[in-house]
Amino acid sequence: MTIGLGHYLTVAAILFVFGVLGIFLNRKNVIIILMSVELMLLAVNINLVAFSTYLQDMVGQVFAMFVLTVAAAEAAIGLAILVVYFRGRGSIAVEDINQMKG
Amino acid sequence: MDFSSMLPVAAFWLFASITILSGLLVILAKNPVHSVLWLILAFFSAAGLFVLMGAEFLAMLLVIVYVGAVAVLFLFVVMMLDINFVELRQGIMQNAPIGVVVGLVLLAELGTLGAAWHFGDDVAKNAAAPTPVVEQVENTAALGNIIYTDYIFIFQMSGLILLVAMIGAIVLTHRTRPGVRRQDVSKQNARRPEDAYELVDVEVGKGVALPTKKG
Repeated sequence: MTIGLGHYLTVAAILFVFGVLGIFLNRKNVIIILMSVELMLLAVNINLVAFSTYLQDMVGQVFAMFVLTVAAAEAAIGLAILVVYFRGRGSIAVEDINQMKG
Repeated sequence: MDFSSMLPVAAFWLFASITILSGLLVILAKNPVHSVLWLILAFFSAAGLFVLMGAEFLAMLLVIVYVGAVAVLFLFVVMMLDINFVELRQGIMQNAPIGVVVGLVLLAELGTLGAAWHFGDDVAKNAAAPTPVVEQVENTAALGNIIYTDYIFIFQMSGLILLVAMIGAIVLTHRTRPGVRRQDVSKQNARRPEDAYELVDVEVGKGVALPTKKG
């Protein structure tokens, strides 16, 4: 058997669904939510690279790299906000974050 | 089927199953530290998948940036914050049914999309930057050829994003602590001899009054 585009897309789809599921399951823990977002971005990257390989087009890998950059920046900022929030409130539970009544 | 053609297939199944399994354990692990470790494993095996797809540079980037920086950052934060994680896990199952439903719906949608959709015949001819033959130009060089020419502004912009993220993270987490003695160079340079000492003519047998501090 040969491994084709569909195999990689299936892996990416399952990984993406796990990311969504993680956000639903761990509604209270912001750290796990951030990790779930990272999982989803990883799934997107697998998709981009799979299509890039399948279509023999390098641009997919370029954009996967940009997604990687933005994901790293997002993780750094998210964790910084988390640390600041924990200093102020002593908790990272999502339901405590209600000051703006959003 | 000979060994050399079976090896990539076996490697795919190995990396794919490890990626999916560790992705599942990221969201199910009781201890967030374990979650981060599973996340590292997921990224690592995803890097293996990237190598199988011929994107070596991105695979190494994933290992260096994610396993080396982002996951370690997560690990630092998880271990630094003193949080009762058992309390945070309570009520995890009350959201499970709707989460599973949404996940299944999403998976079904993605499945139908994958099943009902196919490439046009000439889609491969429309490649914006066709991948060169690996024997002539390797992946990293091919990527560099595109990034530094066609996508130079987006590349610079992503560098700017990283800069903003770095400054933002520093500004957010920086705190000025009171009572810390620091060197103030301009204050040191502005200091004159007459501010620092006073010549007192001491008379015999009378002693000297304590000098009053100036400035």
